[in-house]
Amino acid sequence: MHMADSLLSPAVGAAFWAGTSSALAYSAKKCKASMDEKMIPLMGVLGAFIFAAQMINFTIPGTGSSGHIGGGMILAVILGPYAGFIVMASVLTIQAFFFADGGLLALGCNIWNLGIYPCFIVYPLIYRPLVKGRNTSRRIAIASVISAVVGLQLGAFSVVLETIFSGRSELPFTTFVLLMQPVHLAIGLVEGLVTAGVINFVYAARPEIIESIASARPLVTDLSMKKVFGGLLVVAVFTGGVLSWFASANPDGLEWSIAKTFGKPELPERNSRIEALIKSLQNKTAFLPDYSFKKAEGSPDSAEAGKSETSWPAIEAGTSASGIIGSTLVLVSVLLIGVVIKLLRRKGGRNRII
Amino acid sequence: MSFDEQYFKLGYIDTLSYKNTFIHRLDPRTKVIATLAFVVTVVSFSKYAITGLVPFFLFPVLMFALGDIPVWFILRKVLVVSVFAVFVGMFNPLFDSRVMFSFHGLQVTGGWISFLSIILKFLLTISAALLLIATTSFPGICHALRKLGVPELFICQLLFLYRYIFVLMEEAMRMVRAREMRSFGARGQGLRTFVSLIGTLFLRTIERAERIYQSMLSRGFTGTMHIAKAYRFGGSDLVCLAVTGIALFILRTYDIVGIIGKQAERMF
Repeated sequence: MHMADSLLSPAVGAAFWAGTSSALAYSAKKCKASMDEKMIPLMGVLGAFIFAAQMINFTIPGTGSSGHIGGGMILAVILGPYAGFIVMASVLTIQAFFFADGGLLALGCNIWNLGIYPCFIVYPLIYRPLVKGRNTSRRIAIASVISAVVGLQLGAFSVVLETIFSGRSELPFTTFVLLMQPVHLAIGLVEGLVTAGVINFVYAARPEIIESIASARPLVTDLSMKKVFGGLLVVAVFTGGVLSWFASANPDGLEWSIAKTFGKPELPERNSRIEALIKSLQNKTAFLPDYSFKKAEGSPDSAEAGKSETSWPAIEAGTSASGIIGSTLVLVSVLLIGVVIKLLRRKGGRNRII
Repeated sequence: MSFDEQYFKLGYIDTLSYKNTFIHRLDPRTKVIATLAFVVTVVSFSKYAITGLVPFFLFPVLMFALGDIPVWFILRKVLVVSVFAVFVGMFNPLFDSRVMFSFHGLQVTGGWISFLSIILKFLLTISAALLLIATTSFPGICHALRKLGVPELFICQLLFLYRYIFVLMEEAMRMVRAREMRSFGARGQGLRTFVSLIGTLFLRTIERAERIYQSMLSRGFTGTMHIAKAYRFGGSDLVCLAVTGIALFILRTYDIVGIIGKQAERMF
């Protein structure tokens, strides 16, 4: 359930990036202050462990299908919230790069959904109070299952929110929630069972690992965690709010930043003949949404950006035909460029510049 | 996808990133910034944008060609990655059935257009991420992120994680093979075996971390990781960034496809 770039709007993506990166900076600071450098290789290797563990499949009880673990809760319990969050974030970063799980803009959302909830919400507010420092296998099992379920429910719900806020999908909120939450209830239960099993296994073999982590972090009281999360939420909401305000006051953020650089909303025009031709052509076609809207509904408070986008369809068959022809031509020429470069490379051998 | 397959693919991408082409020689910062700008520009297109997105395929095609990256390898990877976006997008045609235009009697609804738009964005953004890693070594990307202000501790974490992925995956691969040898059909593939497998892997990992720390201490580790390769942000990087920026801006603001389509119609 990795969130994907293609479902995101830039404002939502940036908002979650802001929240996630400040959480990362804060955790790095906290870790530096409280830990010895022995933790650095431990965290690194544990990240690789989660990665390897995610690749081992197992048969999900009751069904025939196979699944793999997420591991956020295991990390939070074993490393504590700050170090656990950093490790989880690094695992997700490598997944985004090498397996393209989600994508680069969505990475902020994914770290938020799969890292922040288990480490900063579920661990301090659910797992620790349930275990209360007494590590019996029963307590660990119950706390792990409940924590994993709650963590995944929160994560799934924020995938829904991120998608709805971005406005790229037509799925209505309630339908989406009804699709996501039950599926992730099942996933959460399995994840919880695995988490419980692994923590109990480790506790039985090397109890000092789990005990030392639990006792080494007296600074982390529930109060400060609430503050941390509150702060993150404020940062994220603020960024999202500011960005969508710009998006609504201006046709889009990109043009706004251009306007700032050039002083007016388009590139400075030179009055060459070709450009005049292009300009007149463009005015005739008026195919690009922003372009026609600027004249049609110029008042900045007319509607938010999401609304005005939906009025694109004012196209007659002629324009759509030219759109299809143009797209085909462009695609073919793009492919040709690629093929030609490949051929040139092969012909020219190794000592060419390209 | 089987375990071995995933492992070798990860290794293959890593070897791709050590080629020596024009794209590979660029400073990692250039590629990271350009890729981010590309992704944000693509995603900033409206819900119903299709023709605007088409020219953006120029960027991945250029990366493929100039970086000498095997097209089918990346394409196969794009197709098998998590299809969450496509799954969610599939619902658009069901919920948005307003007819936008008809093309030779074929009624095209808004839902299909926005679904196609999601797929185009999916292809563009996913291939951008994969091409970035295929043309830039992961330590290079970490170096770029460090220069761009990501906390040192996190960079250390990424470098460590990456260094030990291959070690631990080989360990995990041996365990998976051992499990497969001893299990018959579905027996032995269940949760119970899995938990003790993971638990054992975890304990071995912890012990390995302790050994690594000892050996690092004896080699003078002080808390930061150094990268041997020297990167330089040179003139070609500046030119590349500028060209990318201008190209992105032009493609985002001007409707190239519409203009070409109109011209073509006029000619025929």
